[in-house]
Amino acid sequence: MNDAPFPPGLTDHEAYSLPLDKLDVSQGRLFQNQLHLPYFERLRREDPVHYCADSQFGPYWSITKYNDIVAVDSNNKVFSSASEFGGITIRDRRPEVRRESFIAMDAPRHDDQRKAVSPIVAPQNLARMEAGIRERAGKVLDNLPRGEKFNWVEKVSVELTTQMLAILFDFPWEDRRLLTRWSDVATADIAAGVVKTEEEREEILAECLAYFTRLWNERVNADMQPDLLSMMAHSPATRNMTPDQFLGNLILLIVGGNDTTRNSMSGSVLFMHRNPDQFAKLKANPALLDSAVPEIIRYQTPLSHMRRTALADQEIGGKLIKKGDKVVMWYCSGNRDDTAIENPNAFIIDRKRPRQHLSFGFGIHRCVGNRLAEMQLKIVWEEILKRFDRIDVVGPETRVFSSFVHGIEDLPVIIPR
Amino acid sequence: MPQVTFIEHNGTAHTVQAVIGKSLMEAAVDNAVPGIDADCGGACACATCHVFVAPEWEAKTGTRNEAEVAMLNFAAEVKPNSRLSCQIEITAAHDGLVVHMPDGQH
Repeated sequence: MNDAPFPPGLTDHEAYSLPLDKLDVSQGRLFQNQLHLPYFERLRREDPVHYCADSQFGPYWSITKYNDIVAVDSNNKVFSSASEFGGITIRDRRPEVRRESFIAMDAPRHDDQRKAVSPIVAPQNLARMEAGIRERAGKVLDNLPRGEKFNWVEKVSVELTTQMLAILFDFPWEDRRLLTRWSDVATADIAAGVVKTEEEREEILAECLAYFTRLWNERVNADMQPDLLSMMAHSPATRNMTPDQFLGNLILLIVGGNDTTRNSMSGSVLFMHRNPDQFAKLKANPALLDSAVPEIIRYQTPLSHMRRTALADQEIGGKLIKKGDKVVMWYCSGNRDDTAIENPNAFIIDRKRPRQHLSFGFGIHRCVGNRLAEMQLKIVWEEILKRFDRIDVVGPETRVFSSFVHGIEDLPVIIPR
Repeated sequence: MPQVTFIEHNGTAHTVQAVIGKSLMEAAVDNAVPGIDADCGGACACATCHVFVAPEWEAKTGTRNEAEVAMLNFAAEVKPNSRLSCQIEITAAHDGLVVHMPDGQH
């Protein structure tokens, strides 16, 4: 049941071979190769609020313990998300390509723009969407090949989350894979090769803006509908956005609704495969999905970090963070902090307090789509359990080169006939 | 120990023993009352322990603090008597307290 803190066969020499002040956890390759966990384990033990003076992203602080992360995430007066200081990822964008979105914005403007779209995931709307989500999940699962190898990410995770996003935007169905493409392009580490330069990234995102601007122009003159574009077009807080802000919010909603649940959906298959006792427990009692789903989201931590910028000197965990410093909250580390979560390296679907995890963040920027994400995962697993006895992972997974999106690109599986 | 009652959105009532000095949220979580998620564990950082305080009890449960106002700002279905139950500390005066719950915690 226990997953080791790092993959079997790997010694911890890399994480412990460097002097503490040379430790740089921001490297995409660490996450791609699942080497990041021992690094963070060392930091939590030896230097939980850690300063890295030199990295590809410049100097930054790492916050690695659960309670320190909650403290930073809740203190939005000192720890700013605003794009003008660098926004919410460790990667600073060049000033000319920085753009606002409500996640990269402080109160009170953040509050107004967020409230323009948040009703889409209110309880009544979730209830309205449930049957459609179940029907689409069933259809995708029914069409999966049996007895032959396929990539779960491509055929299930990407397809289902992209369909969901297309519904939320009321986006032209036949073009929906564009959403996946734009999401990948927006978050890609240049070193990962999805796009080769920032210029190429901007060119592709300009196509995204042009496409959505056409849709906006249709919706703004039509009656209000319960889709994200109509809601933004009809809200006083968002209807006069600049094209850059519009693109910023589009990317936020596309990445937030796509890249995250996709990777929890892929991760869940891997976790069940590697923890057959947990899968057996779930099969025997599908009602455990209520706790299994938040456990999947904790264990995957689909976004490894969120970044803030200090607007004033502030002490955290005994260290003095100075005004202007870049502060990275490593959710992936706080979710494995054994001073906050019992036996955190184990995947346990019936944990006592499964909802106590950092994957959605805390404070005013807490994930707006959290309950929709949980509902999608719950439904897909309910439908899996109705159809399949097991899903066998038949080869090593391929992961994303990124210290932001904790993603899986390829998960080879076979569903026995 | 004061008795407090949580009423679900569908009308189901749960009367439980609360502990003086602990929060109203903890009274729900410790007694497995459904509908109080309390994802952040009481740090006033998530708005998933949202309740509506019955009008006759508002004077005894106090008013929202600044952090609570900021978090409640994003809850669905906020009313003038909305509170985060992790921010209400139980005292002897709360015996008989009644709160209602929204139909979902976000």
